[in-house]
Amino acid sequence: MFAPFMLHAWLVATMVAIVGGAVGFFVVARRAAFAAHALPLGAFPGAAVASLLGVNELFGLALFSGVGVIAITQLQRGERREVASALWLALALAVGVLLLSLSGAYAQSLYGLLFGEVLGISRAQVLGVALLSALALALLALLARPLLLESLSGDLAAAAFGRARSLEGAFLLIVALSTAMAVPVVGALLVFSLMVGPASGARAYTDRPWRALLLSVLLSLAVVWSALALTYLTDGPVGFFVGALSAVCYVAGRRRSLRAGAGS
Amino acid sequence: MSGTAALSVEGACVALGGRSVLREVTFGLEPGEFCALIGSNGSGKTTLLRAILGFLPLAAGRIRLNGVVGAPGPIGYVPQKIALDPALPLRARDVVTLGLDGARLGLSWPSKARRIEVDRMLRAVGADGFAEQRIGLLSGGQQQRVLVAHALVRRPKLLLLDEPLANLDVRSSAEIVALLRRLSREYGAAVLLSAHDMNPLLSAMDRIVYLANGAAVAGRPEEVVRTEVLSSLYGYHVDVVRVHGRVVVVAAEAGEQIHEAVARDPVHTASVP
Repeated sequence: MFAPFMLHAWLVATMVAIVGGAVGFFVVARRAAFAAHALPLGAFPGAAVASLLGVNELFGLALFSGVGVIAITQLQRGERREVASALWLALALAVGVLLLSLSGAYAQSLYGLLFGEVLGISRAQVLGVALLSALALALLALLARPLLLESLSGDLAAAAFGRARSLEGAFLLIVALSTAMAVPVVGALLVFSLMVGPASGARAYTDRPWRALLLSVLLSLAVVWSALALTYLTDGPVGFFVGALSAVCYVAGRRRSLRAGAGS
Repeated sequence: MSGTAALSVEGACVALGGRSVLREVTFGLEPGEFCALIGSNGSGKTTLLRAILGFLPLAAGRIRLNGVVGAPGPIGYVPQKIALDPALPLRARDVVTLGLDGARLGLSWPSKARRIEVDRMLRAVGADGFAEQRIGLLSGGQQQRVLVAHALVRRPKLLLLDEPLANLDVRSSAEIVALLRRLSREYGAAVLLSAHDMNPLLSAMDRIVYLANGAAVAGRPEEVVRTEVLSSLYGYHVDVVRVHGRVVVVAAEAGEQIHEAVARDPVHTASVP
C-alpha cells in the first residue's frame, strides 16, 4: 500500500483532502454546493484540451475553472446563483462534448477525468497540486473572517466592509482552484462530494465555527485516506469510495442534528 | 445643522430604477439621540437606511456622518428580518466577535482582550445567558439582542435598525426598545430605528422622522405628530387621535387610507399599553 508508486497518490490525496475539507466548510455555510459541482465538471473540458495539446492537464482545468468563475459571477447579476451555475455547467459540457469529438481522446482518459485516477500521478502533477493547494489555502486564510461574516448575512457583511460589495467572486475563485486540482484524482463528477460531505457532517458535532472547519478537514482526510486504502486493497474505483464515505459523513451529521433537534 | 452631528441628512434624494423613492429628505441626529423612522410599508424607510449606509447612491443632496461626507467610520446596522441558518455552526458569542473583527483579513488567534470585550457586550444586551448557543436556534427576541450586540461592539456613533420590532411580541418589543434607549445614552450613539407603528417607541424617542410618499417631516414628536403637519405630508386630511396613551393616525375619508397601526393590527392597537 505504501509502495513507491503509491507515494505520489498519498501525497496528492492528502493535499486534496485538506483543501477540500477547509473550502468545503465555506461551501456548505454559503449554500454553494451546486456551484462547487458546476465548477469542476465545467472545467473538465479544459483537461481534454490540455491533453490534446500535450500540456499538463492542470493548466486546462485551472483555465476552465477561471472562465467558470467569471461566467457564474457575471450571469449571477440579477439572477440566482443556482441558475447561473446551471447555465455555465450546460455550456461547458456542450463545449466539452465538441472538443472530445474533435480530439478523439481515449475513453480511458475520459473515464479517469470523470471518476478519478490515483495511479500514475506524475511528479509534475504533485508539484502542480502543491502549488494550487498553497494558493487556495492562503486565499482562504486571508478571507476567513469576512467569508464567515458574509455566510451569516450579506447585509451585515456589507455594513462591516463599508460598501455593498460581495466576496462571491473571490470565494468562487478559491473553489475553482481547489476543485481544479482535485479533478484528476477524485474525478470531476465526485469532487464536490468531498466538499459537501465532511463539512456538513462536521457542523453537526460542534457549535464553534473554527472547530467545525478543523473537524471538516479531519473528516475529509479520513475519507480520502480510507478511500485510497480501499482502492489499493479491492482495486475498486477511488471515486466510488470517496463519494460513498462522504455520504456517510453527511448522513451521520444529519442523524445527529435530527436527534439534537428532537431532544431539545 | 452643526458639524458635530452624528448624522446629518441634507436634501437627500434617491431614485431606484428611474422611480423617485425619496425626495428632499432632511434631518439631523445628535450623539445619544434616539430617533424613530416611521412610515407604512413602501414609504422608503429601508431605502433611507441603505442610503445612509452608502449602499445606494444619492441622486441629490448629501449625507454626513460625524460631520464628514463619504468617510463613514463604523456604523452599527441591524438589517430587516434576516434568516439565520440553524445549521450554521455559529454561537451568539461568535456573532458578536464577528461584529468586532469580521471585516479583518487574515487569521486571528484567541485574544483575552477581545474575549473580555465580547463578554461585556453580551452582558450589556442581556445575552450572557445564551452566549454559547447557536444563533439560528435562538428565539426572535434573543437573536435581536445578539444582533444589537454585534452592531454596537465596535462602539459606533450611529446605530441603524431596520424594523427590529417587526417579528416581536409586545413584551419583547418593549424590552428591546428599553435596551436600545439605555445603550444609546451609555455609549453616546445616535439611534435611528425604523418601524411602521410608533406606539412601542412613544416613551423612548427624542425625535421622529415621519415618511410618506417619499417625503419626510422631522423634529420632536410633539412637533411632528400633529393633525396639520401630517395632513400636509400625506397631501390629504388625516387626524392624529390619542386614545388610552396611544397614537393613531386616521384618514378622515371613509377609512380609505388608514395608518398601518390600525389597518394591520387592530387587536394590538386596542390592547393596554
